[in-house]
Amino acid sequence: MTALSLTNVCKSFGQVEVLKDINLTVEEGEFVVFVGPSGCGKSTLLRVISGLEEATSGDIEISDNSVNDVPPAKRGIAMVFQSYALYPHLTVRDNMSLALKQERKPKDEIATRVAEASRMLSLGDYLDRRPSELSGGQRQRVAIGRAVVREPDLFLFDEPLSNLDAALRMNTRLEIARLHRQLGASMIYVTHDQIEAMTLADKIVVLRDGRVEQVGSPMEIYNHPANRFVAEFIGSPSMNFVPAERLGGQNGQFVGIRPEYAQVTPNGRLKGKVIHVEKLGGDTNILIDLGDDLTFTSRVFGQYDTHVDQEITLDFDDTKCLSFDAEGQRI
Amino acid sequence: MSKARNNPLNSFAAHAALIAYTLIALFPVFVILINSFKTRKAIFRDPLALPEADTFTLIGYQTVLKQGDFFLYFQNSMIVTVVSLTLVLLFGAMAAFALAEYKFKGNMLMGLYLALGIMIPIRIGTVAILEMMVSSGLVNTLWALILVYTAQGLPLAVFILSEFMRQVSDDLKNAGRIDGLSEYTIFFRLVLPLVRPAMATVAVFNMIPIWNDLWFPLILAPAEETKTLTLGSQVFIGQFVTDWNAVLSALSMAILPVMILYVIFSRQLIRGITSGAVK
Repeated sequence: MTALSLTNVCKSFGQVEVLKDINLTVEEGEFVVFVGPSGCGKSTLLRVISGLEEATSGDIEISDNSVNDVPPAKRGIAMVFQSYALYPHLTVRDNMSLALKQERKPKDEIATRVAEASRMLSLGDYLDRRPSELSGGQRQRVAIGRAVVREPDLFLFDEPLSNLDAALRMNTRLEIARLHRQLGASMIYVTHDQIEAMTLADKIVVLRDGRVEQVGSPMEIYNHPANRFVAEFIGSPSMNFVPAERLGGQNGQFVGIRPEYAQVTPNGRLKGKVIHVEKLGGDTNILIDLGDDLTFTSRVFGQYDTHVDQEITLDFDDTKCLSFDAEGQRI
Repeated sequence: MSKARNNPLNSFAAHAALIAYTLIALFPVFVILINSFKTRKAIFRDPLALPEADTFTLIGYQTVLKQGDFFLYFQNSMIVTVVSLTLVLLFGAMAAFALAEYKFKGNMLMGLYLALGIMIPIRIGTVAILEMMVSSGLVNTLWALILVYTAQGLPLAVFILSEFMRQVSDDLKNAGRIDGLSEYTIFFRLVLPLVRPAMATVAVFNMIPIWNDLWFPLILAPAEETKTLTLGSQVFIGQFVTDWNAVLSALSMAILPVMILYVIFSRQLIRGITSGAVK
């Protein structure tokens, strides 16, 4: 059974086309991450799936049922928002049980489901508090709990971690991954943070300007990007693109080299001057000016001692390089 | 806090200005109150003196309570004010929600149209309103006043409330939609509680002019059984003789309910006025 299938979905606001012919399937139990730069339409796509926005054309099926004309509440989905969107005047317990009350579920079932979800998210102590009395991390857990109690066919997460600080973000990320394993539910997760995308996803969907650029597992996308955009967007620091003729290749083409594959060696093929060094402890990022306005990043493992204005040479493993034509497509 | 604000001289000046303003604002009320407890002669001999043993009297209050159906007037004022306020808040909030939440053709125009009433005083239309009330048989009923006050209050209510409703997070409303709440439930249960301070502001701004109005009661409902408090107090003001004791007592008593309502709303009101200005 497919959890979600989109066929030729388009969405425009007036004259502006936000989503252009999206085709996508999400298998049951899959964790799919939509990733892309801001304004690429990933949140709009999520809202179209949820039913908060209507698709201009195309078909949306959730659990093999067409939901084009089904209101959000009846689509079998639950959504977690970036701003938590908790009901401010209700306690945590009431926040979580509101949807079930609307569905007129029996009281004892509501109680069991809320208890189960709050145990899973360790919210037991906060059930009688209001959202204003909780910290950001707790609020987001309540928002996730509100989704969990509904036992939806499909979870939708709209940048759920963006409002949290770094440490909390990591914890909540682990929590979401654990939740996915425990529930085995299908989840769609929108983010612009590629670390979240790489660590959580079974399948990443890279979007740009309302189009799907590539769909694949995180490692597929990292190792075999379909084009220059995906290659540049995934990976941090991002991939270097060197004009091929500098390396004896064809004019107009580019060679893509990931920073970690380029290492400092005495007689390397790339030569330049260090313009900035970032020492992170675990590894060192060196920014090198190769001349002709070309900046190259190299990621050296461990602590590497260098300083600005030093002349260094770099070399790389040819088998790990990718070639792109002038239009940015892989060769 | 900045140095300038901590400066005792500045702080003193600010307090002095505020206290002076408070005194100026409260002075007429104070004069009305003290004089309502004085004999007629004492009022004219020394209007600013406090009531003393030989000038103290309750004659004004006695007159008011005996002559004229003061409690009926009071009740009429209360009914008109409370019902008009309820209608203004209910319909104003609903219109504001529609304007803020839904995209439809002519949304902007509709908003401008509804706000037009702020610029045009409703009294300009008094003659037309009177004709309408006469032909619909509403003259000398409280409904005539309630309808007029509702119409008078709506423009400002829609204008203020729609601005506040735009600030209510979209995510919250969408979360409600996904949880299966109807648009009415979203409006009444999610949005209204969040714009409560704005509602209180609108309520106070509308309440006081309605309570104090003399114009429309005089024109639309001057009958004995529909007189409001302000109109009822006028019986003591004659062309040649004015019973000042009674007038002042009636006015003192008329202040009370507004003050009670104001105290109820004021906590919300302060938040309503300052929200947006200060986070």
